[in-house]
This record gives sequence, structure tokens and C-alpha cells, in this order.
Amino acid sequence: MATETLIWLIPLPPLLAFFLIILFTNKNKALSHWVGVGAAALSWLGSMIVFIRALKVEHLGQHPFHSAINWLPTADTWLKIGVLIDPVGAATLFFVAWTIFMIFIYSVGYQNYGQPEGDHDIKGLPPHGATVIDPNGHKHKVPSIEPMYSRFFAFLGLFACGMYTLVVSDNLLTMFIGWEIMGLCSYLLIGFWYGKESARNAAIKAFMTTRIGDVFMLLGIAFLYTATGTLSFRTIFSEEVLRALATTPAFFGFSAAGAIGLLLFIGTVGKSAQWPLHVWLPDAMEGPTPVSAMIHAATMVSAGVYAVIRMFPLITADFSGQGLTPTMSIIAFIGAFTALFAATIAVAQNDIKRVLAYSTISQLGYMIAALGIGAYVAGAFHLVTHAFFKALLFLGSGSVIHGMEHGVLHTGDHNTDPQDMFNMGGLRRKMPITFWTFLIGGFALSGFPILTAGFWSKDEILADAFGHGHLVVFIVLALAALLTAFYTMRQISLTFLGEPRTKAAEHAQETTWTMTVPLIILAVFAISYGWVGIPENFPIIGGLIPNWFHEFVGSTLAEIPEGVGFNIVPLVTSLCVALGGLFLGWLVYHNVKTDASDPLKKPLGPIHTLLKKKYYFDEIYDFLFVKPAYWIAETLVSKWMDNGVIDGILHGIAWVGSHLGTLLRNYIDAPVVNGFGDLVGEGTKKIGASMRPIQSGRIQYYMLTSLVVLIVVGGLLYYLLVLA
Amino acid sequence: MVPLSWYLTLSAALFNIGLFGVLARRNAVAILLGIELMLNAVNINLVAFWRYGDPTVITGQVFAIIVFAVAAAEVAVGLALIISVYRNRSTVIANDIDMLKW
Amino acid sequence: MDFMQIIFLLCAALILGAALMVVTTRNMIHAALWLIATLFGVAILYVLLNAGFLAVVQVVIYIGAIAILFIFAVMLTRREMRDQGPQLNNGWWMAVLISLLSFGGLFLLFTNWSGFGKMMVNIPAGTDTLRELGSALVSPNAFVIPFEVASVLLLAALIGAVYVSFRGK
Repeated sequence: MATETLIWLIPLPPLLAFFLIILFTNKNKALSHWVGVGAAALSWLGSMIVFIRALKVEHLGQHPFHSAINWLPTADTWLKIGVLIDPVGAATLFFVAWTIFMIFIYSVGYQNYGQPEGDHDIKGLPPHGATVIDPNGHKHKVPSIEPMYSRFFAFLGLFACGMYTLVVSDNLLTMFIGWEIMGLCSYLLIGFWYGKESARNAAIKAFMTTRIGDVFMLLGIAFLYTATGTLSFRTIFSEEVLRALATTPAFFGFSAAGAIGLLLFIGTVGKSAQWPLHVWLPDAMEGPTPVSAMIHAATMVSAGVYAVIRMFPLITADFSGQGLTPTMSIIAFIGAFTALFAATIAVAQNDIKRVLAYSTISQLGYMIAALGIGAYVAGAFHLVTHAFFKALLFLGSGSVIHGMEHGVLHTGDHNTDPQDMFNMGGLRRKMPITFWTFLIGGFALSGFPILTAGFWSKDEILADAFGHGHLVVFIVLALAALLTAFYTMRQISLTFLGEPRTKAAEHAQETTWTMTVPLIILAVFAISYGWVGIPENFPIIGGLIPNWFHEFVGSTLAEIPEGVGFNIVPLVTSLCVALGGLFLGWLVYHNVKTDASDPLKKPLGPIHTLLKKKYYFDEIYDFLFVKPAYWIAETLVSKWMDNGVIDGILHGIAWVGSHLGTLLRNYIDAPVVNGFGDLVGEGTKKIGASMRPIQSGRIQYYMLTSLVVLIVVGGLLYYLLVLA
Repeated sequence: MVPLSWYLTLSAALFNIGLFGVLARRNAVAILLGIELMLNAVNINLVAFWRYGDPTVITGQVFAIIVFAVAAAEVAVGLALIISVYRNRSTVIANDIDMLKW
Repeated sequence: MDFMQIIFLLCAALILGAALMVVTTRNMIHAALWLIATLFGVAILYVLLNAGFLAVVQVVIYIGAIAILFIFAVMLTRREMRDQGPQLNNGWWMAVLISLLSFGGLFLLFTNWSGFGKMMVNIPAGTDTLRELGSALVSPNAFVIPFEVASVLLLAALIGAVYVSFRGK
């Protein structure tokens, strides 16, 4: 089958899975996961085929796989949509396919397939455990299967469809469509356990925050379309269009290219949880762990960085190699700031997933910073390696939580939070596979030299920063790397090393193969992927393996960017911070006892509280934005405008109507109309009654009356006839 | 000689006195007395006109004779009625005989 | 002033005076007696008017029958021997007014009539008014029918009076 056709088909299986599961296989859990995993497998297969074919093409950058159709008629032209796989697209497709596939398989085990149904599990709340009676008659609690099992796979399918759509798109429109599908799915999946209020709030928060970014992104797309009349990447990134955009001025001193780039970047700030729109990502840990892995490692946040990578030619349209353009400065600043900012917060978090969440924010900051300073290949490289080891770490943490939950159910101690690292400890013995894979992932994150992929990608970023003279960025990123290693080792020590701190930790056990096999596969990538990107001029081992990544991905751009020359300073810095941070972390945290507080609490004092409370950003935003929004909705619009003005007008009309009616009734209807009728009747009676006494029965009275009348009439007649 | 006007005036006065009696007296019999006076006044009038008109035409007297007869009949019946009412109601006050009312 | 006029005035005074007493006296017997006086006066007047027959008829019928009838009726309708209470009813002043008005009206009418001051004409000698009256009453060309009707009327009155005041056993 032609590659282009295959590319068109890649996003389809997960979408079909979504519909099939929702409409047909909802009740059957096994069928649902087969449909879901099968769809993920199909897409994975398609992606692998496309990737391998892409590798075989000479100069894929100039001749990418491309297919477009006329879609929207616009006067005498068409808006075209289509698919495009150029080198960076192929590399992204590779990691997206693998991570999605692994997450699907992992979810089977995570959602406790094969376990009995819970004692009192309700749809909308996390499963709570089932009581089983073993052959000896002992009752004990085991984890129970998720009641909304099928729905989970359906949503994962939709999510996967959105991501694939975004990756294979050749234009901003379908890319944005995929973007928004993922936004919707993140809402659905973060709020998967909708019975929990915290999950509901987190889902809304995620959607709202990314929405802010999306609005600006849409503005950027509209600006771009107005300026160029097209949304296709190939047309936009052609020389003439880029030059035209670079030279046209827009607002505030930005060129058109810079302005559009900035607007599109704001979308990424939302989607990839950069400061200041970072607040949704930690709360998104409310969702099940595969969701966290999916959203925060493999796909959604990567989509944000991928968007910047895609639009790199536009952002750097007016970049001449010396001195960053305003857009790039902003990007670099936000990236570097976020990297350090999030790393400091991660040091003080106790929840195993929160640490990883802030770690994700921080690493995304790395990538954004790299792109901001123009290090295209480094940023893309870190994107890919990060996807692998972060997915690994998240899935590993899910495995740890599962093991802890098993322990919690076994001991019946429901006050122990299975996600709090201070309740763990000594898990290396109980969950060995999880331990080793998590260790690999953690070292990759910290940038452990040579062996792990993270080292190569991070080192390249630092080298680029130093080599191009962006020293502030370099120092900030180095500090962030130090903290990264520190908190990673903190996490590993608290979780796996030492002795179990609680009963639940003592009774933890290793998880099923559906969960551990994906961990192993991802660990393999976390180690080996780095070796495809070893810089040529690295001491000793450089040059042994060609820097395939640089050549391949770099060829996406019009001209392959130059690798930065080798410099010992960034290398030494990176070694020091990585090893030093790991050592410090182990030193402080390897011996924490049961019920002990965080050893850093006392030395850091109030700073520790500040970090733990995430610099109070949630509270600030709540005060500045959320509460006013609620006030506007509840008071201004609902109470004053809707109930007050609109309902008031209606009530007023009704009041007027009813009072008018009463008035008419009381003053016109009753007295006049009724009165007239009554008058006729009663009047007649009254006249009759008043005249009745005339007939008194007394004859003299009659005579008197008749004589009086006679005289009067007679006189009148006499006067009229005789005298006149 | 006595002019006609004197007779007419006399009869008018007598008639009105009788009228007053009819209208103003309480006793029913007194009312009938008044009616008698009125009838007499009419008679005077008739005879005067006979005498002062053409005495050869006897119509005036005839009329007066008829009036006599009618007066007698009327008095008889009237008094019979009054006596009958007196027997039932024990009153001859005209005002109290008001059964023929609304 | 003529002899006739004086007689007339005296007679008129009698009539009117007695009539006034009839309508104002309290005692009913007295009223009936005053009525008799009035009737006498009227009889005298008839004589003055050369209607002698009528004068006699007046005395016999009116006084002899009708006035007596009145006295009978008065006696039969007394609860006690004395008349008590006022004898004029409440509207007597209106009756006075009407009487006066009526008199005034009549008088006005008379005075405007051309024949008001007419004088008596002589009866041609040899005319027997009585014979004329008699023949007029029974003559089919004249007034026999009113005569007969009057007798029927009297019969009806007779029967009616008897029936009305009949006290059955």
C-alpha cells in the first residue's frame, strides 16, 4: 500500500475503537480491551511501516511523504488538508506509536483486568477492593476491576486518534483539530473518576487553562491565514512566504512571523503547561496513571513542543543567527524560567505522581528553552527521549501505587495514602522489576552519563546554550538539572531504598505482566535511544556511531543546522550536576524513618512551605481569575442580569399585566359593565319599589293625586291653548 | 234679577266644598256626604242652565232627574259597602281601609 | 238689589254655610243633619228656578231617603256613642289648596265664557214644564231609554246593596 495512504489511515483505528467500544462493546470488558489494544497495535504497525520506509528515503526533508486533498472551497481557491511525514514527523510518529501502544497494554493490568468486581464499587469512583475467600476460608481484600473499564479504553482510543492526527497533519487546521480532540480527552480522562470532586475540578481546570492558550493559538492561525491565505506547512515554510512574513511588521515591534509565532507559542504554553499556565498539570494527576502517562509524557504535552518544532521555521524566520528575535527571547525565557521554577517545587512534593508532574513541566521547559535559543535538533531530541523515560517513570509510579494499594487492602489500613512517598520505602525487594525500570528511567531523567538517553539529549541542550553564548539560559538550565537529579534521587530513595515505613509498604507486591512488560520495553528505549544522537565531536566515543538523529531530523529544515563545536565546559557541568545531584539526593533521603518528616523541612524552613504550596500560584489565580469569573457568572450575570433584569422585565410585564387586569376588572368591568347590567335590573326594581307606595290603598290619596294632576295638566292646557 | 253667574259661582263653591269634604275627612261616611254635596252642586248647575237657556227644552231637568236616581243608587251601594267593611274590619276610617294595595 | 237677589243670597248663604258645617263638624250625626239643611237650601233654589217638581223630588228623595240612609249608616258604624279623634286626615291642607285652586280655575273658566252674565228669560205662558218633563221621560223620541236604564240601575243597586251587606246564617 502506498505510504501516503497508510499515513492517512494511521489515526483511524483508535477512532474506530472509540466508536465501537462506546456503541457496541461497552458491556464486555474483555472485548473492549481487545478492540482498544488491537487498534493501538494497528496504528503502531502502520507507524512502524511508515517510519521504516521514511528511513529509506534519501533526503526525506526535501521529499517528505505528502498527500493533500481539496477540502474547503474558498471562492476561487481551496483550503487543502492532508498528511505529511517529514523527518521530524517520522521521529515523532515513532515515539508516539510506541508509547501509546505500551500505555494501552499497561492499562489492561492497571485497571485490574481479571480481578473480581468490587464489593461496593460505584461507577465514577476509583475501585475499592473486593473480598475473596481463599480455599482455607480466609477472607481478604484484593484490588477490584474498574467498573468503567470499557469507557477508559474508548477515551484512550479517542486520545490516540487526536495525537496521531496532530502528528501526521500537513496543515495547521487539522493539527488544531487534533490539538482540541486531545484537549477534550484530557478533560474526559482527568475527570474519569467523576465521583470525586477533586477530579471534576481538576478536569475543568485543565480544560480552562489550556483553553486560554488555545484561544491565542487560534488567533495566530487566523492571523497566519489572513496574511498568507493558506494553512499548509509546505506553503508557509517556503522561502518567499517566510521572507514576506519576516519583513511585514505587526504589532508592538514584532514582525508578522514573530507575532504569529508568539501567538502559536502561547497555545503551547497552555498545552505544555509552561509558566504561567502550568497550574493544570499537577492537578491532572487525579486521573488514572496511564492517563497521566499518556497526557503528560507521551502525547499531549509533547504535542505542544511538537507544535513549536513544526513552526520553528516561522518562529526563526527573522532570526539571522546573531541575537535572538523578541519572539525567541520570550520563548527561551519562559522555557528556562519554567524549568527552574518547576524543579524547585518538585523538591518539596510528597506525592509520587506530583513529583513526576512537576518534573514534566520542568523538562518541557528545557525543550522550549532549547527551541527558543534556536537549538532545533537538541529540542527535538530531548522531546523524544523525554517521552520514553517519562512514560516509563509514570507507568512505573502506577505500578508502585498498585503495589501499595495491594498492601493497603491487605492490611485493611485505609488511612495510608498509597501515593505518598513517605509511606513507602524498601520496595526494591518487593517489586524488583518496577524498581530496576524506574531506576533506569530516573537516571535517564537526571542525565546519568553515557548509559542513559537523557544524558545525551540534555547535554546537547546545555552545549548549544553555552556554545551560542546564551549564558543565562545555560546557568538556569544547569541549576534546574541539578535539582532534577536531586529530586529524582529523593523520589527513588524514598520509594525503593531503605526499609518499609508502613505496614502497607511491607505487604506490597509486584504487578502483573501486562504492567511490567511495557515498563521493560520502555526502559530499553530509555537507555538505547540516546545512542542515535551522540554528537560527532564527543571525546572518545563520538563518531563511533554516526549522529543519525542530527542528520535525519535536522534535514527537516531548509538547511541542516550546524552541530555546535565541542566544549569541555558544558560536558563537565552536566556531569557534575547529574552525579552531584544524584549523590546529594541519596545522601539526604536514603535513611528516612517511619513517620519522620521531610529532612529538608527544618533547614529550608519557610522556603520549604513556599515550595510545597507551589508558590501559592493556585491561590493567586483563584483570587485573580477564578473567583471573579464565578462572581461574574453567579452574581453579575445570573443574579443581576438574568434574574434581576431579564426576569425583572418579565416579572414587570407580568405585574403590569396582572395589575392592569385587576384595574380593568375593578374599575371598568365590575362597576361599568356589571354595574350597567345590574343597574338595568336593580334600577327597574328600585324604580318600581319607589313607585309602589303610590298605590297605598287609600282612596282619598288617590283622589288627591288625580286632582293635582288634573289641575296641573288642565292649567297647562289652558295656558297653551287658550292664552298662547 | 239674578244673573246666571251667581248660580254658577254658587254651584262651583258648593262643588268645591264637597270636594274638600271628600279629600279631607277621615270617616268614610263623611266622604259620601261630600260626594252628595258635589252631586247637588251639579244638579244646581244643570237646572240653572236649563232655566237660563231655553226653558222649553226640558232636557236639563231630565238630566237632573237621572242624576237624582244615580245619586240614590250610589249612596245605597256605597253605604252598604261601608257597613260591610265595618263588619269585617270594625273601622270606618278611610285611611285604614287600604287592603287593595301593593 | 232685587227681592229675588236677596232671597237668592240668603239661600246661598244657607247652602254654603250648611255645607261647610257638613264637612267640618266632628259629630257625624250633626254632619248628617247639616246635610239635610243643605238639601233644603238646594230645594229652595230649585223653587227659585221654577223647577218646582225638582224641589219636591229633592226633599222627598234626598232628604227623606238619602239623608235618612246616612243617619242609619252613621249609627251602624259607630264603635261607641261619641266620635273621637280628629276628623280631618293628614293631608287636609292639600285638600284645601286643591279646593281653592279648583274653585279658582272654574271661576276663571266661567268669567271667560261669553254667556256668563246672562239673565233669566221668561218662560212662555202656557208652558207646562211638568207635563213636558213627564212626556220627555216616557217618550220614545225623548228620554225613555235613559229612564229605563236608570230604573235598571236602581234595581242593580238594590240587589247589590242587599247582597253586599247580607250577613248569611
